[in-house]
Amino acid sequence: MARAPKLPAPPMPAALQAPPPRPGDPNGKLTPADHAKEAGTSVVDWVDERTSLSGGARWLMFRKVPKGTNWFYTLGSATMFAFLSQAVTGVFLAMFYRPDPSGGAYESIRHVTNEVFLGQFVRGMHKWGSSVMVILVFLHMGRTFFFGAYKYPRELNWVIGVVLLILTMTMSFTGYLLPFDQRAYWATIVGVNINGTGPLLGPYLSDFLRGGPEFGAVTLSRFYAIHMLLVPGLLAALIGAHLYLVAKLGTTAPPWLKAEKNSELREADA
Amino acid sequence: MSDKHSKHKSPYTADRLIPGAFEGETVTRRRFMTVGSQAAGGVAAASFLLPALGFAIGPIFKEAPHTWETVGPVDMFPNNNYVPTVITLTPGIGEAGKTTVYVRQRNAAIDTDKADVHSLFIAISSRCAHLGCPVRWVDAAERFICPCHGGVYDLLGRRVGGPPVRPLDRFYTRVVGGQVQIGPRYSVNSELERFSPRDPGEPIDGIGQYMYPSRPSARKL
Repeated sequence: MARAPKLPAPPMPAALQAPPPRPGDPNGKLTPADHAKEAGTSVVDWVDERTSLSGGARWLMFRKVPKGTNWFYTLGSATMFAFLSQAVTGVFLAMFYRPDPSGGAYESIRHVTNEVFLGQFVRGMHKWGSSVMVILVFLHMGRTFFFGAYKYPRELNWVIGVVLLILTMTMSFTGYLLPFDQRAYWATIVGVNINGTGPLLGPYLSDFLRGGPEFGAVTLSRFYAIHMLLVPGLLAALIGAHLYLVAKLGTTAPPWLKAEKNSELREADA
Repeated sequence: MSDKHSKHKSPYTADRLIPGAFEGETVTRRRFMTVGSQAAGGVAAASFLLPALGFAIGPIFKEAPHTWETVGPVDMFPNNNYVPTVITLTPGIGEAGKTTVYVRQRNAAIDTDKADVHSLFIAISSRCAHLGCPVRWVDAAERFICPCHGGVYDLLGRRVGGPPVRPLDRFYTRVVGGQVQIGPRYSVNSELERFSPRDPGEPIDGIGQYMYPSRPSARKL
């Protein structure tokens, strides 16, 4: 006997509806929607089961910070974001740039500035961002110095930081030539000659930077390669080491904070 | 000498009761493998690092070719004033490879430097001896003046003011078929004696010539 098709049940008030199956309930069957909800967790679990990355991520991110931590402690992160901004904008500028000293370099920069969509904006971010990064590096250095955060056991992080400062200066120096206008050319002539005034090794350093005794055909490509391949790799690696030591050693309390004498007020003993 | 291996242990693996030791063997197989793989890794790394390093620093040792460039007939240049001429130092890179050279005829009344076939005409480089900015000859003042940091030089290119550490560089000149030709660069000390070309900012009086040695990439003739 054929039965008439059933009509869908009328909508019930929420209080009267059967509760949804609990996750992990053997009676409740998982619908595709449930699977979709779990997809993100599953992917993360899949990766974590094979790499154990979550422990490292927790170690890096969920750290105890001392009382009194303030806005000055964000200068290091700000510097890192300035570096990331330089890295991203630099990669896209490199897609247009031609290190050709017989006119192509200047022309390609002019093309980016005047004709490429958002070119002036992205190049401006890179150009002004470099100054921002240098300023932030010095503010970060000043914070570390005046808060005494370079002292034991953080001396090595100070040393790495100084190397990062020098590499940042190298980036500024090599990047300055790339637009290849009058200012870039003469500033590089002067800069290379300042390098040359170092006794004994200076003249050879100048020859190395120029790729010969005079500003030549390979000088621009040398500066370009140092600017976008050699130093960024070193910078990224040393920023990694810098961050590792920050996570490993923790941040310092500001110098005006006294050690807590009263054990009853300590969180761990409360 | 706290050499614990020689003091407390025999050099022979057999004496040290290492299983499978050979007669007279002093290096264990584990040690041999360790040293062997480290050596192989070292050879592999050196096989690309050394050529890459040599490639990068090679230009330091490569001598730039000497070129002679004609700038004009001999009667174009007076012996009491400079004529600016433009020569190409580095071919193939357009304007960036050119430089201005100030040329005049030798004047026996004022020129005290060595007189030979290369100084019948005096060719003064416009590259400031302070940090390499372009100096210009100012006729009214009879001085070379640098726009960057205020270096001032007299008619012979000797420093009379500002930060430069030596006189302006010169170029070898020669006369071929009635035409003045400009050759390679050389530097001069305050006595206008010739030295292999130095970069700006490098003094060559006294100890300076040893503190800033000449480079294989650029020699005087």
